[in-house]
Amino acid sequence: MAADALRNRTNLILLAVAAVAALAAPFLFYPLFLTKVLCYALFASAFNLLLGSCGLLSFGHAAYFGAAAYVAGHAAKAWGMPFEVSIILGVFAAAALGAVFGYLAIRRQGIYFAMITLALAQMIYFLAVQLPFTGKEDGLTSIPRGRVLGLFDLDNLTVLYFTTLAIFVGALMLIHRIIHSPFGQVLHAIRDNEPRAISLGYVANRFKLQAFVLSAALAGLAGANKAIAFKLATLTDVHWTTSGSVILMTLLGGLGTLLGPFVGALITVALENYLADSGLPIQAVIGAIFILCILLFRRGVVGEAHALLDRLHRTTGKSHQG
Amino acid sequence: MSTQVLFGQLLVGLINGSFYAMMSLGLAIIFGLLGIANIAQGAFYMMGAFFSWLLLRELGVTYFYALFLSPLIVGLIGAAVERTLLRRIYKLPHEYGLLLTFGVLMFTQGIFIYIFQTAGRPYPVPPELAGGYNLGFMFLPKYRAWVVVASIVTCFTAWYTLEKTSLGRTLRAATENPALTRAFGVNVPALMTFGFGAGVALAGAAGVLAAPIYTVSPIMGADLIIVVFAIIVIGGMGSILGSIVTSLSLGLLEGLAKVLYPQGSNMVVFVVMILVLLVRPAGLFGRER
Amino acid sequence: MTEPVIAIRDLHGFYGESHVLHGVNLEVSRGEVVTIIGRNGAGKTSTMRAIMGILEKRQGSIRICGNETIDWPSERIARLGMGYVPEERGIYASLDVMDNLMLPPKLAEGGMSLEDIWKLFPNLKERRRSQGTRLSGGEQQMLAFARVLRTGANIYLLDEPTEGLAPVIIQQIGHAIAAMKAMGHTMILVEQNFRFASRIADRHYVMEHGKIVDMIRRDEVTSRADQIKSYLGV
Repeated sequence: MAADALRNRTNLILLAVAAVAALAAPFLFYPLFLTKVLCYALFASAFNLLLGSCGLLSFGHAAYFGAAAYVAGHAAKAWGMPFEVSIILGVFAAAALGAVFGYLAIRRQGIYFAMITLALAQMIYFLAVQLPFTGKEDGLTSIPRGRVLGLFDLDNLTVLYFTTLAIFVGALMLIHRIIHSPFGQVLHAIRDNEPRAISLGYVANRFKLQAFVLSAALAGLAGANKAIAFKLATLTDVHWTTSGSVILMTLLGGLGTLLGPFVGALITVALENYLADSGLPIQAVIGAIFILCILLFRRGVVGEAHALLDRLHRTTGKSHQG
Repeated sequence: MSTQVLFGQLLVGLINGSFYAMMSLGLAIIFGLLGIANIAQGAFYMMGAFFSWLLLRELGVTYFYALFLSPLIVGLIGAAVERTLLRRIYKLPHEYGLLLTFGVLMFTQGIFIYIFQTAGRPYPVPPELAGGYNLGFMFLPKYRAWVVVASIVTCFTAWYTLEKTSLGRTLRAATENPALTRAFGVNVPALMTFGFGAGVALAGAAGVLAAPIYTVSPIMGADLIIVVFAIIVIGGMGSILGSIVTSLSLGLLEGLAKVLYPQGSNMVVFVVMILVLLVRPAGLFGRER
Repeated sequence: MTEPVIAIRDLHGFYGESHVLHGVNLEVSRGEVVTIIGRNGAGKTSTMRAIMGILEKRQGSIRICGNETIDWPSERIARLGMGYVPEERGIYASLDVMDNLMLPPKLAEGGMSLEDIWKLFPNLKERRRSQGTRLSGGEQQMLAFARVLRTGANIYLLDEPTEGLAPVIIQQIGHAIAAMKAMGHTMILVEQNFRFASRIADRHYVMEHGKIVDMIRRDEVTSRADQIKSYLGV
């Protein structure tokens, strides 16, 4: 009991600190950097919804992120759509793609599921290389940012940051709700023991597909947001390295935790920024971190922090009782 | 369209198919024995090509020596990777194996890009295999004919070793029931190191064969491995001959597509994968775990 | 008196989190045939797996031919001359009869030749190209025996060799074990079928809840029949 109360209090304090930090951040750091972190944090949260809650390892999440980036960028640039509409179109494109790919991939399990998602995403990459509207090697450039709600100019980077923050927080709350809903409980049951969930009468594949589409849609939200914020959608967005880097962010931050993907994205984006100037081989460093993370650090930063807090709580809880 | 073009592309398709076959054979051995879907197979393919290029440039070691030496080096590196990294995760779910080897792929590719940049480097066709035969309906370059023969012989040798020798018998037993096989006195951990080394050496050998056809570049393996994964989804890893046949047919199909519909040729394998998933989800030769 | 071939002291064993062996003590001398009897779940198979090093988490002491093997890997233990016939027979489905037979490496000289094995188990010779798991239960059991007779092992661990077999075949298995004993081999036998066990064994260890609780010598079997019945829960 004491431990629970303590944990709730800790959570509240953390939440307050996070709110203050989020509000103060654009005045301390470069807002565009923060915007990038938030976009990738959302992307990783979407991926985490699938792997953390449902146990499905998608190795092709760049497809939904990148496809939404292209669609939103094209809508804003070629069709002159407003910000909100471009984003929503991107999300729909990603969700539709997720529905098709998810339908195919859930026909196999485990490692084959990962291989299928990887292969399907590679198809989207090849399409992006060939389709005329993607700008091929150059990508889709100079995408207009427009105004949010027709009022606030997104070219003001502080406005851009807060808009992205609002989208991120909204999506995170949605994910939190999903995980703790009855639907989320079924996903957990399927992750932990699929045959048992099926014997309890759940159509596991339908739940998996729904989770897949949700995850793809949220990845699309991140991709669309990123395309508008950076005025850019490129082949990198649909490349397998992006699929890999979202996996790394999630693992590094803490698989299956709400804040893990954010922490992982922060570390990874900061690291990439730092490495870009250092002359060190970025891909090799990322690969090495990947290896170390799998071998030594599977719970991630947030997972380790939780474990540490739990241990503290247990000892203080005991001393209260004693 | 001329028959020259058609047969030329079919030959390229057959060559790619035989690379796919060597890659997927190695993957199947590794997956059976270690339970790891080794995405780093792409990096070992690239290393095979690179080592033969380096051997030639730095030490003047010619093609036919490199054909043995380069896969050997690749195999030894693979054995070291198994001993130091993979061994630590056998008790975890299979997904971690994929992720760990993905890290190995990123790391290796990153190092090679750092040293050699991404530009392709040509590897000369060995003088013994220069020139070609005019078959009337097509011109057959000697080297390409050699690649097809060499890789089919390699695949057959691998199949024969697995199915007909005592080493293969022990490998199959260790794949099926490692604990019992150890209790008969077989050193299964050493066998796993050997199996991983041999599996990636197959990829390395494919890399050496590929070097004179494609340019040698740090990124040559990554896209290839994704196609090979799709082929494994199509064929399944249960049957060795099945995966060889699947690989060769898909290579040929790609070649045919290059003639009929060039824009879509690199998507053929993925489209076939989708069709197979719709019609026969377990794969053509599949036995779902 | 020389050191026993197998001497187990305070052996503890675990499957993951669950503690299955709680301090097992037993000894087997050279040339002896010893059974472990007890109810289902008492820890008999786990003891066998611990001796072979298959049970991964084990503590205490297992000495085999004077070697402390508690932290040896399975393959190293096997090379001390162990012949293991596992529960459920452990026939490889992906190997045919011949390959199953030839799989275990030779551990020492003095194993049976192929001709001797065909003489002992003529059915196996006829079926040598059949897939291992296509055999009947009895044939599979014979294959599991034949497989270790070839290797030159001299310490045998036999886990429920008669389970689910017809009486005629049990008799055949009994002859095989008697022949092995005559050759001076040491044997530990886990057996549910006490009538079968009592005919061939020198001593019986009784296992309950992961411990050895009693030991019954061959000459005590009749005098302690009631007690044995209650141990076996029959």
